[in-house]
Amino acid sequence: MSVFSPATRDRFERLAASYPQPRSALVPMLLYAQDELGYLPPEAIAEIAALLGETELAVREVIGYYSMLRTAPAGRYHVQVCTNISCMLRGGEEVLAHCQRRLGIHNRQTTPDGMFSIEEVECMGACAWAPALQVNYDFHQELDPAKVDEILEKYRRQG
Amino acid sequence: MPETPSKPAPAAGAPAAPAEVHFTVNGHTLAAAPGTLLIEACRAANIEIPSFCYYPKLSLQAACRMCLVEVEKIPKLQTACTTVVAEGMVVHTETPTVHAARKSAIEFILTNHPLDCPVCDAGGECELQDMTFRYGAAVSRFDEPKRHRDEQQWSPVVYYDRPRCILCYRCVRVCGEGMDVWALGVGNRGILSTILPNHQDHLECEECGMCIDICPVGALTSGAYRYQTRPWEMQHVGAICAFCGDGCKTTLGVRNGVILRGDNRDKNGINGDFLCVKGRYGTDFTRHPERLKSPLVRDASGELRPVSWAYALETITDRWRGIQAAHGQFGVIGSTRCSNEESYQLQKLARRVLGTNHVDHHRSADFPALFDALAQPAGAAAQPLPQLADSGALKTAKAVLLVGGDPTQEHPLLAWNLRWAHRLAGASLYVLNRRDIRLRRQARRMALLTHGTEADAVRYLAAPQRGDPPQAELTAVSPPGDKRWPQTPPSTPQPIPGGLEEFRAELAQERDVIIVFGPELTGDAVQALVRFGASLPGHTRYIAMADNANSRGAADMGLYPDLLPGYLPVADGAARAHFAAAWGGDIPAAPGWNQRQMVEAVDRRELDALYVVGANPFRLDPVNAANLKSCFLVVQDLFLTETAQAADVVLPALSLYEKSGTVTNTCGEVQSQRRGGSFEGAKTDMEIIHALARLLGADFGRPDADRVFSEIRAQVNGYDVSLVQLMAGRGALAVPRDGAAPRQAAPQMIRPNHDSLFTAGTLGRYSATLNAVLEKHSRP
Amino acid sequence: MAERPAYPAAHPAEVRVVSQRFGDPRAATLAGYLDTGGYQALGKALGLNGGEAMAPEAIIEEVKKSSLRGRGGAGFPTGLKWSFIPKGGDKPKYVLCNADESEPGTCKDRLILEHDPFAIIEGITIAGRAIGAQRGFIYIRGEYRYVLDIMQRALAEAYAAGYLGANIRGSGFSFDILAHTGAGAYECGEESALMESLEGKRGIPRLKPPFPAISGLYGCPTVINNVETLASVPPIILRGGDWFLNIGLPKNGGPRLFSLSGQVQNRGVYELPLGFPLRRLIEEVGGGVLGGSLKAVVPGGSSTPIFTAEEALGLNLDYDSVGKAGSFLGSGGVVVINDRTCMVRFALRVMQFYRHESCGWCVPCREGTNWLQLALTRFHRGDGRPEDVDLFTDVAQNILGRTLCPLGDAAAMPILSIVRKFRSEFEDHLHGRPCPFAAESSAVPVA
Repeated sequence: MSVFSPATRDRFERLAASYPQPRSALVPMLLYAQDELGYLPPEAIAEIAALLGETELAVREVIGYYSMLRTAPAGRYHVQVCTNISCMLRGGEEVLAHCQRRLGIHNRQTTPDGMFSIEEVECMGACAWAPALQVNYDFHQELDPAKVDEILEKYRRQG
Repeated sequence: MPETPSKPAPAAGAPAAPAEVHFTVNGHTLAAAPGTLLIEACRAANIEIPSFCYYPKLSLQAACRMCLVEVEKIPKLQTACTTVVAEGMVVHTETPTVHAARKSAIEFILTNHPLDCPVCDAGGECELQDMTFRYGAAVSRFDEPKRHRDEQQWSPVVYYDRPRCILCYRCVRVCGEGMDVWALGVGNRGILSTILPNHQDHLECEECGMCIDICPVGALTSGAYRYQTRPWEMQHVGAICAFCGDGCKTTLGVRNGVILRGDNRDKNGINGDFLCVKGRYGTDFTRHPERLKSPLVRDASGELRPVSWAYALETITDRWRGIQAAHGQFGVIGSTRCSNEESYQLQKLARRVLGTNHVDHHRSADFPALFDALAQPAGAAAQPLPQLADSGALKTAKAVLLVGGDPTQEHPLLAWNLRWAHRLAGASLYVLNRRDIRLRRQARRMALLTHGTEADAVRYLAAPQRGDPPQAELTAVSPPGDKRWPQTPPSTPQPIPGGLEEFRAELAQERDVIIVFGPELTGDAVQALVRFGASLPGHTRYIAMADNANSRGAADMGLYPDLLPGYLPVADGAARAHFAAAWGGDIPAAPGWNQRQMVEAVDRRELDALYVVGANPFRLDPVNAANLKSCFLVVQDLFLTETAQAADVVLPALSLYEKSGTVTNTCGEVQSQRRGGSFEGAKTDMEIIHALARLLGADFGRPDADRVFSEIRAQVNGYDVSLVQLMAGRGALAVPRDGAAPRQAAPQMIRPNHDSLFTAGTLGRYSATLNAVLEKHSRP
Repeated sequence: MAERPAYPAAHPAEVRVVSQRFGDPRAATLAGYLDTGGYQALGKALGLNGGEAMAPEAIIEEVKKSSLRGRGGAGFPTGLKWSFIPKGGDKPKYVLCNADESEPGTCKDRLILEHDPFAIIEGITIAGRAIGAQRGFIYIRGEYRYVLDIMQRALAEAYAAGYLGANIRGSGFSFDILAHTGAGAYECGEESALMESLEGKRGIPRLKPPFPAISGLYGCPTVINNVETLASVPPIILRGGDWFLNIGLPKNGGPRLFSLSGQVQNRGVYELPLGFPLRRLIEEVGGGVLGGSLKAVVPGGSSTPIFTAEEALGLNLDYDSVGKAGSFLGSGGVVVINDRTCMVRFALRVMQFYRHESCGWCVPCREGTNWLQLALTRFHRGDGRPEDVDLFTDVAQNILGRTLCPLGDAAAMPILSIVRKFRSEFEDHLHGRPCPFAAESSAVPVA
């Protein structure tokens, strides 16, 4: 029994075969696994370890290293606000504070309905369009409070 | 580098080219082999370079930055642990810049290291304390909150305290690279980095404690020892481990005579860095509440009652004199955990005082067959002597053939050395076994027998023209870097035409092979093995694997019904004459009964007295209690074993840790030790044997191990070993045989225990720590 | 529902080489790429257009001649790096494209990946030809998922048309490229950490030597270049190294992309000749400082030592000039800071980043960044002590030059320069005084 969808499982097998050494597929696999499951539960870790012929410990070592990988669920929409220098100079911290106020949660918390979570993150490569945030993988740039409200509302409506 | 061990960096101690390079350190010109690491070259020249993460023979980390030195023409400070010496290099290790860097490294490490030294187990033997004292600042400038995380218990013996951890990764490497267990890793990132156990909140491993031993601070501490004492309150006494046959040095921590721990603090025994779970934690059997404290004599009501030593000894000798007067039969069963001196004196007591050759011990390797085979003219002519390898020879072996056995479980030091040879010397390991043993992971080739026995296979290797080959699958070795444990990857059998033929052909390409064999080979199979070994190119050497701390010594000292000390046949008049002269009295000429025959004689009511020293024969060969009534049974031991429970007299004995003497490991390395712990009420086996002899009118002299060992050196074949070597705490290889020994009539008497890492017969049963570990590992 | 801002027309000062197709929708497809001059360089290198194929040495020679220097941060001469790869040998060789753009203040590679993916593929392929590799990888930071998608589509098209795979366009040269995603780690921008990561491990930097040219990915000879560096290769091959060199300055060939961010009017990514005056970048291209007057400029991403306004306005943006002035051109991330910004807070934010991104392997970086972040936080809060100011410098000095990889230096250099150049601002926070800039947020809201 796989914790992954057949398509994902297929993709993993192809991915592992596409590198000179299967283990190279580990980081992408973890990220894609998280995309599907929302986080990396123990069963996913075990399955990926088995698929690559690695120990679960080796997989956990890797998960702990990368800041995008998580072993506990986040919100369906994970709001990642950059406060690094280019964003800070253009109001990134205020955007973060605004998100927290609007969603009623703190950094690294999830709304009770599981819809949103907030994380203050490091530079996301949107410096010239600061301040910026990402909801899951989607960039939103040149933000101000009104625009943040609009964005959050759009996601909320999307459900 | 993430998993730390597989870093593509020059391994410490890479094979050296012949020439030397010359370089200067602090104005002194030094020379070293090319490829030598600067830190090693300096240490060899007594120039101290501090380090935490660097550890000889483990992969390089460059993490702690304690070893930064100035190298001329390079602007930045360089890590001496990764810098390879080069011709003309000019190095400075004691400049203000270097001192400042060391001071700063200590300061950084201490920012998150709790200063709980007064309650830390490592206090007093902590490398960080020592380095802070030597190189650190007097004041701390760090005035921010330290990160705290609660201590975690990972196993009955391993505790991890993250705040104390300085992330040197020694534990990760020794577990992976050294032990091939790979149970530890590194989790998280940056300041949150932490050591991870392989099962999230606990460890599943060999519980060897190497991680604790190698930890420079008190981050990893031992569940068996923690919070019991301060290191400076203990005496540290080097001892030979009382458990398996490998003969590791374990340093006993003794406070007021009580052994509080075993560890490997000076790492100068034959085991180097290594010690396993038993050597480290098994010593607590000496403190077990059920330890016998006084002699016991069965009274009229059939109960064992405590009595004085004088009463017990007289009770024994009165009965023995009566049996002697009636020309009754005596049997003596000796121990695989007594010293050589005790075994020697015991069989002397049997042969010279009690007048019997019914002498035996629990055998687990056919040493007589090996020495007999090695003495064959064919073998002897082909091979230079000695044909025995000591345990250290495995580390530098070019090729090793391992037949039978499972060293990982039964001979952890031999396994460590084999892995060492594989990892650091590129040795080729060939494994022939019915079981898919763990050392297969280091094997160049494994012949996994699918039908037939190791003995069949060896006979085939020695004489292929006869009969059908036993069926074997040659298996591929583990892929490099495989860290899966305890599951070895499933065998991927390679159906190689020829099977064992191919195996033999590959072996024939090797030179100077060391053959290590288990109890699966006895009698003529050992002869066949030696014939095969003699056919290999170069100088073939052998190690026979026997179970217990002094199994080999018991054999060498003549605890056999048909062999005198040094494997001289009892039936040989000249041999008898030799010992009769040495012992001042006659020795019976007819070979006696072996252990099973003695027990059978008890059942036939033909054995009138049985004297059991440090053995539990009724576990292997149970007797009918009713038949015991006609046999006067004396047992001396630490505990009331199954055999002792049936005894008429029980004498409390001291353990190997509580006596001085020599012990011979399974390879034949003789080592000497001094008494470590003490225990009120018990006596050494030698004291008891001598007292009994004296009461029977024979003077064995003072029960002094040195004096008896002098006699052994003079009288026993192969034991004229170097005293200097012994006194220096090294093993001296005894090569006991230079003539044919008679074939053993009873190869079925080779009955190995098949101990696991966590079991060890009686001693194991009385070790609280080993039991805790065993319990954890037997939980589903 | 992600936003893709339209790419603005070129500023007159720009010389668009790697940005030549920015904003051109045709570059999204192979056909469009071919229509806009794409793959002519590879054609030239492989002799696909009737001409003779270039010898690998000739390709390297041309790149050397261009004086192209690495655009990722270190500025190492690209041709020289390629020439370190041993000829022949049994081991496979690899080309790695470092698309792990993570240096704060830098957002240029993202645009190349987004607007001109085939140029990168072409550049990698030419690099592969030059060093005798048959395989390349593009390591894209995990946050750039849409970029990964773009790149994977482009790769699929290139394969379908025979521009990748076995026997490229009948040339006899075979080459494969795989796009690979990271998962959030600044440290993986360091070349050896990137290789570890690409091998599926923690991104801990390796010991050097051996260097990647001898033992890189999977222990094989490896060339690793930044996205912009590799995207510069096709124009160099096509138009010649001399042409490229002449756009810039001696030893500083070509134009390069500058990410202009912070408190400046016209932020953006601009391709300017090396040696371009920083004053012109801020005032003319950038349209001037926003929300106040100029206080400071970060010249090449957050790890490069900061310049005061006075220093900045006299500076030319080439590797050597910036180096001589005590900093680095780095990744070309120019961050403009106005006079209403608290430099203590700025230093704290920079340190927060390095503490978060320190891999934790070696002591000075792991413990030093943590210490500095904690101490700067306390200090900025108003609990500073006079001796703290020197402590910041001291701790940073103790990190500098003593770590396994350059991240330690990257963390130490900015704080050292900020304390040295803006010491009075630190002193203004002492004696329980609140941050003098706290009353008004320095952050300039987007208009």
